[in-house]
Amino acid sequence: MLARIEVPRQARRGEIILLRIAIQHPMETGYRPDNFGRRIAKNVINNLVCRYNGVEVFRAEMGSGMSANPLLQFHALAEASGEFVFEWVDDSGERGSERAAITVSA
Amino acid sequence: MATRRRFLFTLSALAGITLAGGVRAQAPAEREALLRQITGGAAVRPGRVTFDTPELADNGHAVPVRIAVDSPMTAADHVRSITVIAERNPRPIVAKFTLGAYSGRAQVVTRIRLADNQEVLALAQMSDGSYWMGGARVVVTELACLEGG
Repeated sequence: MLARIEVPRQARRGEIILLRIAIQHPMETGYRPDNFGRRIAKNVINNLVCRYNGVEVFRAEMGSGMSANPLLQFHALAEASGEFVFEWVDDSGERGSERAAITVSA
Repeated sequence: MATRRRFLFTLSALAGITLAGGVRAQAPAEREALLRQITGGAAVRPGRVTFDTPELADNGHAVPVRIAVDSPMTAADHVRSITVIAERNPRPIVAKFTLGAYSGRAQVVTRIRLADNQEVLALAQMSDGSYWMGGARVVVTELACLEGG
């Protein structure tokens, strides 16, 4: 699964930083028919977690009401240099992950 | 052929209902049942939640939304979760976002599908366990789900 994340490379301690992720995924609702009129099975990214140095800072539990190629934008408090890890899984069990390093100055 | 005709007829009937309906409020009883399912019966107060979305969305497959909750986001007082609800969608619970004091700011931006004109809602649970709700009315020109696209 192709994904793009945006994490600032640098921040000051205590700064509120903006995090953004876009994942290429059809987010099949389960209501859409294929060309032969057969219903395409529901398959959405149902869970996404963002961890900052191992601590969970954001979680999204999603359903078919989320748009295709889901986009999520949220915030985190910069505390220490380290790594942001985004991990997600869809209904078919396919997993994806992205990571980015951040340098936090005092 | 007959099935196809019936399908098209149903489709046009649905479109007619949608156009005639405008923005309709969900029956209070249904809304109450749905909220109870999420809160477990706790009181839901209006306020503290801002739901930003275009009043007129031209594409129901991707309606941009921004949900912000008025909270200091400290260890003692923060937003625990935000649930996005679209009652007229086939599955009304769109997403649940879990936040914490480490979020710094209680704001989430995303894109959702809307199957009909409706009042979309965001329900926030605070660290003290209280629930607050805000919403926005949206008119959708091209609805998600109906045309099979």
